[in-house]
Amino acid sequence: MPKVKIDGVELEVPAGITVLQACELAGVEIPRFCYHERLSIAGNCRMCLVEVKPGPPKPQASCALPVADKQEIFTTTPVVQKARNGVMEFLLINHPLDCPICDQGGECDLQDQAMAYGFDRSRYHENKRAVPDKELGPLVKTSMNRCIHCTRCIRFATEVAGVEELGATGRGESMEVTTYVEHALSTELSGNLVDLCPVGALTSKPYAFEARSWELSKTESIDVMDALGANIRVDTRGAQVMRVLPRLNDDVNEEWISDKTRHALDGLRHQRLDRPYVRRGGKLVEATWDQAFAAIEAKMKGLGGAKMAAIAGDQCDAESMMALKDLMRALGSPNYDCRQDGAKIDGPRGGYIFNAGVRGIDSADAILLIGTNPRWESPVLNARLRKRYLSGQCAVASIGPAVDLTYPVERLGAGPATLRDLVDGKLGFWEKLKAAKRPLIVVGMGALAREDGAAVMALARDLAENLNAVREDWNGFAVLHTAAARVGGLDLGLVPGDGGRDVEGILAGCEKREIELVYLLAADEFDTKRLGKAFVVYQGHHGDAGAHRADVILPGAAYTEKPGTYVNTEGRVQLGQRAGYPPGDAREDWAILRALSERLDKTLPYDTLDQVRARLVAMSKTFAAIDQQAAGAWGHFGKTGATTDQPFASPIANFYMTCPISRASKTMAECMASRAQLLAAE
Amino acid sequence: MASLDRTARAFLLTELISGFALTLKYMFKPKVTVNYPHEKGPLSPRFRGEHALRRYPNGEERCIACKLCEAICPAQAITIEAEPRDDGSRRTTRYDIDMTKCIYCGFCQEACPVDAIVEGPNFEFSTETREELMYNKDRLLANGDRWESLIAANLQADAAYR
Repeated sequence: MPKVKIDGVELEVPAGITVLQACELAGVEIPRFCYHERLSIAGNCRMCLVEVKPGPPKPQASCALPVADKQEIFTTTPVVQKARNGVMEFLLINHPLDCPICDQGGECDLQDQAMAYGFDRSRYHENKRAVPDKELGPLVKTSMNRCIHCTRCIRFATEVAGVEELGATGRGESMEVTTYVEHALSTELSGNLVDLCPVGALTSKPYAFEARSWELSKTESIDVMDALGANIRVDTRGAQVMRVLPRLNDDVNEEWISDKTRHALDGLRHQRLDRPYVRRGGKLVEATWDQAFAAIEAKMKGLGGAKMAAIAGDQCDAESMMALKDLMRALGSPNYDCRQDGAKIDGPRGGYIFNAGVRGIDSADAILLIGTNPRWESPVLNARLRKRYLSGQCAVASIGPAVDLTYPVERLGAGPATLRDLVDGKLGFWEKLKAAKRPLIVVGMGALAREDGAAVMALARDLAENLNAVREDWNGFAVLHTAAARVGGLDLGLVPGDGGRDVEGILAGCEKREIELVYLLAADEFDTKRLGKAFVVYQGHHGDAGAHRADVILPGAAYTEKPGTYVNTEGRVQLGQRAGYPPGDAREDWAILRALSERLDKTLPYDTLDQVRARLVAMSKTFAAIDQQAAGAWGHFGKTGATTDQPFASPIANFYMTCPISRASKTMAECMASRAQLLAAE
Repeated sequence: MASLDRTARAFLLTELISGFALTLKYMFKPKVTVNYPHEKGPLSPRFRGEHALRRYPNGEERCIACKLCEAICPAQAITIEAEPRDDGSRRTTRYDIDMTKCIYCGFCQEACPVDAIVEGPNFEFSTETREELMYNKDRLLANGDRWESLIAANLQADAAYR
């Protein structure tokens, strides 16, 4: 380990890091624009200059200089200060200084660093450079006059997002960051460009001019748009969610979030259920909570548990699912399910979580994707897979839909037959998997949410066991869910009880009039026509498919409006905080179920959120360890049997609209139109 | 002796006469009161009175919705909402000042990068109800239009000292 002296303080640092990183370890802040921890080093902004001895007698760019033993680094000498002042003055020559109308104002790196290194007036009287703005799609607004050519956006698009669409043309003063041919960016991660841009050249288009950073209250929360459970920060002004930003968590989302996570928030303002409704004479009419509960009570009276059923949706918090399960059991009904898509998942925890963990992807050395399109099911996880691919020595193959995952994938086949061949060792990729020390088998909902899902699951388990991928030190069996609530629901055992019906059974029962009352907890992702003549209670936050069919609507809270526990696809329990209150008469979901239970004389044994959370822990110990991934028990799961010839299809047909929130979002509709236009142009 | 002196003063009415003499003296001095509202005292160009939103000579409103005035306002009397106007420029959709909260410190006009919000020379804006003191954008722009010549002259007069 090299020993260096930073501003007179001696320090031992890991070999191979840069001078800038060494300074950070020493707690010395170095100003920078182009350097970013998760991108390659460009060294073109020159803001991070330091003096280094031994070395040339001029300041050095610390971001691109490796540390060496016995190096002396000076960061506060007059030479360094003067050099940085000079760089800042050069950067500001062509910067328009339109901070008052710039959305980056208040959170701008250039603004902040100009306070430390800037000169208080300009010595340049020549005209400033003018650059035409670029059109990068419905999410990123450009103001290229402000660009300081740090090339972070170019590096992000090329390295992380995997779309080589941004680049620079010209050099010197005529350098421009551009897409060459004008078109929208074809990545699901484009919102991150806005976070990366150290100035206001790339800003968020839907958020344009809406608010200033200083007037927002910030709440830490968890995303529910996909099963990754990205850590987010929800910024609100008053009651309104203004924007969603990523939080750093190397175990989950690093510092990226998908466009849906970031920009579906305007869906929270539209189509909201803000008061109870009861269907009278075929029409939904506004009602009070009392009237709504009375309608449910009247219907439930004398109805046996076997004639009732409940389905939990894909974005529910664990608390409300717990209350739903307890209520159904109190009513004597075994018919409840949290797998709206009909995924054939049950059995031990190891059989339904992403056992390797998201971090495990980094050390996997052969990856097999079964029936999944991670690019749409979890763009951030896909970026992680891409990162693993780029670091080399990792073969990636896929059985399932032919899609562009932004990295080369060997496509073995489309359906279960290929998987069977692979299990039998008939395919060439078998050797690669066998040779791998840490093979990773990612099973998607495209493979499990189908008739023969259990048989496919058994095949995947056989494959993992044959490969010895399930060991003490490594569990390469990974299920990639699409629903944020799914693992939580499975952990709570929200699957049919003894003799109970699953979603398919419930819907078939409705058609045959064997089920007379269905309780939908924000469940919209199935064919509601199949509910037949059943009495439908819909508890949720958006007027979507479920609410249209409902006979009684109970207005609930969306994910930003309630404190909730979510378990992501790797089985990590995470807490989301409340960023605002639900609109109108809407209430927190577990509290609605608790109130209803009292009305039905089946009072649930909890009155406060803490008590519900204690109940969660009593139900499953995993809920006690917040922010940690509890290992899943391995066992015999899936059901060996015949498979069909039907190819695996991705469960997501349209990335931008997968839930009631994103379907209500105008921004997502614009993204969809833009993507369709892009595809048509190709 | 002292009592004799006091008695003599009382009978000679000296205090009364000196009082009348003072009154008489001020009768011939120039008047210090003004006949308000027909006459008004002089105002400094820096006087901080009623707020106004100014326009450019071509009629375009100056305010660019940077929200610096809202941020600096110590009484939190200013409320701004903004969105892109049809031509893509940054404009306010709402600019409210609660004049009952305002403490007339003048920070808003100091913060304004485009001299849009100013405290004009008008101090006569008392109302009969509180509600009338909740100024909105239209009211402020109308103020600006009404007082523009005076405001411009005041800014001009003070410019040398800024």
